[in-house]
Amino acid sequence: MKKQRKVREFKPGSILYACLIYLFLYLPIFVVIAFSFNTSKMNITFEGFTFAWYGRMFENRQLMQSFVNTVIVAGASTILSVIIGTLCALGMYKFKFKLKKVISSSLYIPIVIPELVFAIALLIFFTSLNISMSMGTLIIAHVTFSMPFVVITVRARLAGFDKSIEEAARDLGANEFRTFWRVTLPMIFPGVISGGMLALTMSLDDVVVSFFTAGPESTTLPLKILGMVRKGVSPDVNALSTLMIIGTIVILLTSTLIQGRLEKKL
Amino acid sequence: MIKSFKKRLAAIVTVGPTVLWLGAFLMIPLAYVIGISFLTKNAYGGVDFAPTVSNYISLFQSEYAKVFLDSLWLSLETTVICLLVGYPFAYIIANAPRKWKPVLVLLLMLPFWTNSLIRTYGWNTLLRTEGIINHVLQNLGLIEKPLEMLYTDGAVLLGMVYALLPFTVLPLHTSIEKLDKSLLEAADDLGASRLHVFTRVVLPLTMPGIFAGSIQTFIPSLGFFFISDMMGGAKTMYIGNLIKNQFLSARNWPLGAVLSIVLIVITLILMKLYTRVGSLEDMA
Repeated sequence: MKKQRKVREFKPGSILYACLIYLFLYLPIFVVIAFSFNTSKMNITFEGFTFAWYGRMFENRQLMQSFVNTVIVAGASTILSVIIGTLCALGMYKFKFKLKKVISSSLYIPIVIPELVFAIALLIFFTSLNISMSMGTLIIAHVTFSMPFVVITVRARLAGFDKSIEEAARDLGANEFRTFWRVTLPMIFPGVISGGMLALTMSLDDVVVSFFTAGPESTTLPLKILGMVRKGVSPDVNALSTLMIIGTIVILLTSTLIQGRLEKKL
Repeated sequence: MIKSFKKRLAAIVTVGPTVLWLGAFLMIPLAYVIGISFLTKNAYGGVDFAPTVSNYISLFQSEYAKVFLDSLWLSLETTVICLLVGYPFAYIIANAPRKWKPVLVLLLMLPFWTNSLIRTYGWNTLLRTEGIINHVLQNLGLIEKPLEMLYTDGAVLLGMVYALLPFTVLPLHTSIEKLDKSLLEAADDLGASRLHVFTRVVLPLTMPGIFAGSIQTFIPSLGFFFISDMMGGAKTMYIGNLIKNQFLSARNWPLGAVLSIVLIVITLILMKLYTRVGSLEDMA
């Protein structure tokens, strides 16, 4: 009886439906990738296969700069969010203090409010203080929206944490630092990695916040494309986007695998 | 005493950076938005320190009312389509054979990991008048003249649904997965038809997922100005574009601040409704 039901749920109609949705999700990505190999300069019809754009993109200095900026902002904001966020999660786990509830609900503000509101809030804030937009402001903005995700993921990990292991380490003579480094950190590490992955994805995916907090010298690749779309985008942009797509997927897949391994070990 | 001092110091060192960061780069900037919404714009695109509520009154002008209605309607359409398309999809993933499930969820996440603007640009390429879809349809002899697809309201809706579908599917998937299968069997055994099982058991039990998915689709859709820019050619004005324009071309910051506050109020109302059926933790 039970088995019959399961078979019924995964029938050909369902498979077809799922395939169509996946096709819908992947179609534009395939298009971007396909046109990076197109001999034609216009992204309209496919004329022939070439790798030329992967060489030509290095000559486009502004484009390369925007790519480098994207990588720097994503890397720096991920590292900062992971450090600040993990510390916060540990502190909230270990200590009792008055404002805990206020802090943990205010962590949901950047998650819940529309990005656009947060973006213009930072724009108004920085401009009123006469701070001009740069890589610095961009990184600050990215840390602000991604750090809460790190805190929440690491806290979720800590919630299932067995305190007696830490106590055992202390009883066996390990000092506080050693206990943290050898016991606590390895235990929460899968949570730290998934928090970091979330932060990285959010930074790489962001358009709205970057649009308002990036200066002319610090445009990211997506912003660059947004500026070019009306006039027509050349295939070297597709080539670079393809590299970015593949790079992100490889990094995130690897960390998913590492995370899975770590979870199994514990 | 010393121990409690040490503890307090440790608490400050660990939680302090987050508190300072969120205070400086979230709370204070949001306070600035509220502050500036009561000031007057001057002729140079800046702001004068003359308190006023006129920015709020100008909200009631009919041109803005139209923008609000158009935006709320677009977001509602997006949310409803995402739910209708996403629910069966989430259901299929949640009921897939065990060894397939992680792969199916991963496949859903993958496009998510690539920048949404690059993906929207892919749609832009597909839908162009001289683009791929028209090219294929013409070669097949299905159409004579290319269809006008890009820069229409339909294209904006497509872009929105595309960008937000995973946000709807993931919470739906979580709540369908939590569903106690024995309840379905019980209803089945008691003679309920499949439709009945769905409307009386499955749907009510997955309501939290439906609410979470709707909110995570509706709220971001209000701010995605770049999708209407790229897919709609900014023909219809939506609230996101209106706010963006106040800070770039129109340089009317107080009005932009007021419009943002309206977005915050809409968000707060939705969140208030949401916390009646689900918890904040399910949103992350």
